[in-house]
Amino acid sequence: MNALVYLIPVALLLGLCGLGAFLWTLRSGQYEDLDGAAERILFDDDDGPRDTDPPRS
Amino acid sequence: MAGCCGGIAVAAEAGNEPSSAAGPPMSPSAPGVVAYVRTDGAGRSTLNLLVEGVHCGGCVSRIERGLAPLPDVEVARVNLSSKRLSLAWRGPAERGAELAAAVEDLGYRVVPFDPQRLKSGEAAAERDLLRAMAVAGFATGNIMLLSVSIWAGEVQGMGAATRELLHWFSALIALPTVLYAGRPFYRSALTALAARRTNMDVPISLAILLATGMSLHEIIRGGPHAYFESAVMLLFFLLVGRFLDRRARGRALSAVERLVTLSATAVTVLDDDGTANPLPPDLVQVGMTVLVPPGERVAVDGVVVDGRSTIDTSLVTGETVPAEVGAGDRVFAGTVNHGAALKVRVTAIGEDTLLGEIVRLMQFAEQRKARYVALADRVARLYAPVVHVLALVTFVGWVTVGGMAWQPALMIAVAVLIITCPCALGLVVPAVQVIASGRLMRAGTLLKSATALERLITVDTVVFDKTGTLTIGRPELVRDGRVDDETLRDAAAMAGASRHPLARAVTRAVPGVAVADGVEEVPGAGLRLRTACGREARLGSRAWCDVAEADEAVGPELWYAAPGKAPVRLTFRDPLRPDAAAVVGALRARGLAVELLSGDRAPTVRQAADALGIADWRAGCSPTDKCARLEELAGEGRQVLMVGDGLNDAPALAAATVSMSPSTAADVSQTAADAVFLGDRLGAVVEALEVAQQSHRVVRQNFVLAIGYNVIAIPVAMAGFVTPLIAAASMSASSIVVVLNALRLAGRRRAANGAVRSVPTAPAGGSAVAAT
Repeated sequence: MNALVYLIPVALLLGLCGLGAFLWTLRSGQYEDLDGAAERILFDDDDGPRDTDPPRS
Repeated sequence: MAGCCGGIAVAAEAGNEPSSAAGPPMSPSAPGVVAYVRTDGAGRSTLNLLVEGVHCGGCVSRIERGLAPLPDVEVARVNLSSKRLSLAWRGPAERGAELAAAVEDLGYRVVPFDPQRLKSGEAAAERDLLRAMAVAGFATGNIMLLSVSIWAGEVQGMGAATRELLHWFSALIALPTVLYAGRPFYRSALTALAARRTNMDVPISLAILLATGMSLHEIIRGGPHAYFESAVMLLFFLLVGRFLDRRARGRALSAVERLVTLSATAVTVLDDDGTANPLPPDLVQVGMTVLVPPGERVAVDGVVVDGRSTIDTSLVTGETVPAEVGAGDRVFAGTVNHGAALKVRVTAIGEDTLLGEIVRLMQFAEQRKARYVALADRVARLYAPVVHVLALVTFVGWVTVGGMAWQPALMIAVAVLIITCPCALGLVVPAVQVIASGRLMRAGTLLKSATALERLITVDTVVFDKTGTLTIGRPELVRDGRVDDETLRDAAAMAGASRHPLARAVTRAVPGVAVADGVEEVPGAGLRLRTACGREARLGSRAWCDVAEADEAVGPELWYAAPGKAPVRLTFRDPLRPDAAAVVGALRARGLAVELLSGDRAPTVRQAADALGIADWRAGCSPTDKCARLEELAGEGRQVLMVGDGLNDAPALAAATVSMSPSTAADVSQTAADAVFLGDRLGAVVEALEVAQQSHRVVRQNFVLAIGYNVIAIPVAMAGFVTPLIAAASMSASSIVVVLNALRLAGRRRAANGAVRSVPTAPAGGSAVAAT
């Protein structure tokens, strides 16, 4: 039973990581253009990742 | 990926010349762009553009690759969902025009917009909800894991110490979650209470807070039961409902905003020395001189100082015959200039314009209108007191009659609150609304108002406007054989040189005719063409072709005088929408009264009314008349659905119980209407009524299910048999049942479409909309 004392915090920490990742994707605007994201993967990026950051207005 | 994959965008359906190829030469919108550029201190300029005609990744890639290599461009990114292009570059604002022109050269029309004006806080609120939902989801998952251990432990004989540990972990997760994720509900509940009303959020907030508080008290005492998972799960489910609801409406709203923005362009102001200077419409001042190029909408009220032209006033007055204007005549914002360029001195702006007057009428109409109370709120008004009284009765009953101590009695009362908490009730309306509005959106109808569906089912009278609503709002040549094809082709060859709406109707009627060389246009009169043998062919007004005035003229007309022949008369009419008669018939079949209110002249209105079999029609109505008629109908206790497109309809749209307008409508009308439909089919009206009725049926079933569940659960809870396990299980079960029942609405789509489409419609059935 003593295992619970550290297993539960570990589980919570992992969950929090997931939550943090989601909130980060939300903040960085990855849900702004869902249709576009599906198409963008097909582009041939010869010129490198030029403007991957959406502008923060 | 080259070219477009044939998706039909909202804008392409909007009816304003869809693509650049078919339309007039591209309007010089590029200079106006500069007015929208924002430059920060560091010399970095940004510009936001709406791009028309972007349908797939190919377009995105073409635009981005076209712009990226240009010097100093830092960001060029197209958002495919919202069809917006964000640009940022180092350098002066003036470069914006050049960049916009570069996009237009690729074949896309661009319209600048101000992102701050568009967003109106909607997006931020949606994000807030999403964040709250994520937190609640995380908490629900983790607390559920702990709770399952507790429930399993109860069977297997888990020690009290372990249970307490698990309880404390649950509390650790639940407390911050309840505080953070519950804010939308607390806020709304407080607002309602401050106004001495109750809504659904009052019992919700109370249940969540009481359940959390009591559970905390319970675990401090070391008791066996804690309701953390129920409280957090409740929060999560309700947030899902709330989020879906807002999202469905937000998408429709932003699509309508897009339509409105696309029709607004900068105003070209002429300085004293004649230089053109673009300004956003709200910076124009009285006394300025404004240039209105042919084909553009007049943006201000004013007096013509120079130029002669034809003005299409159909959006403002409902009149189908274009008006001739010359120096000294008044023109109104919202009309379209069809002839030559006009110079207009601004006489009024903002409040003082005809538009301002209309907006005032609209606000007045809205104030007079009784505020509609959403069905869910009406249920909540009955439901909340009943639940609270039951919980109180339980508590008092156990303490006095049952002789229990107050803590366990309060625990049972809280269990009653939790089990009756309108979790399922909170999902009843949003779930149905999301599915119904999604279905309408796919069919090309954008539902802007949350309660529009509920109001649609109460409708018993439908009032139509004529021009642009029942009709297409564009003249069409009448071909009754009085004019032979040879003559028509000659006339069309001349007409091709003009942008007058009637001349364009001639060109449309006789396709494939080459435009004659050397056609000369005399604004306000007509066209003339010198033929080989030195004589002159004329196409234009009655006077231009030297024909005596007569009384026979009813509708718009053109005269064509070929050299050495008697002038012939070309007549036009505004054709009805292809499915107008069928729609009127279908509405009648549903037992609705149909009425026609038009600003047009009596003969034309009578013609349309007769063709559609509408007995009840009024012509020559001013905006005030229309409003007055609607109030009269409301006075008779009738619930009116108003369908209209013009500026003159806007107050009536606001006054009606519920209103719809086509996407070709004036901006104000689209803003006033509860729903906007795209494309040429009027069938959208019947479709909306149909969907409203179906969703109402499902909503009612869902209420029955949710309340039926409560009727069973409440006695059990009051008797004190409910444990946290039972509460959690029954709560999620009832929510799932409600959502599944709502999903049936989506599943029935095919059958329903069959029913609606049985109204014979034009082949324009392909109005599938890639709306965002």
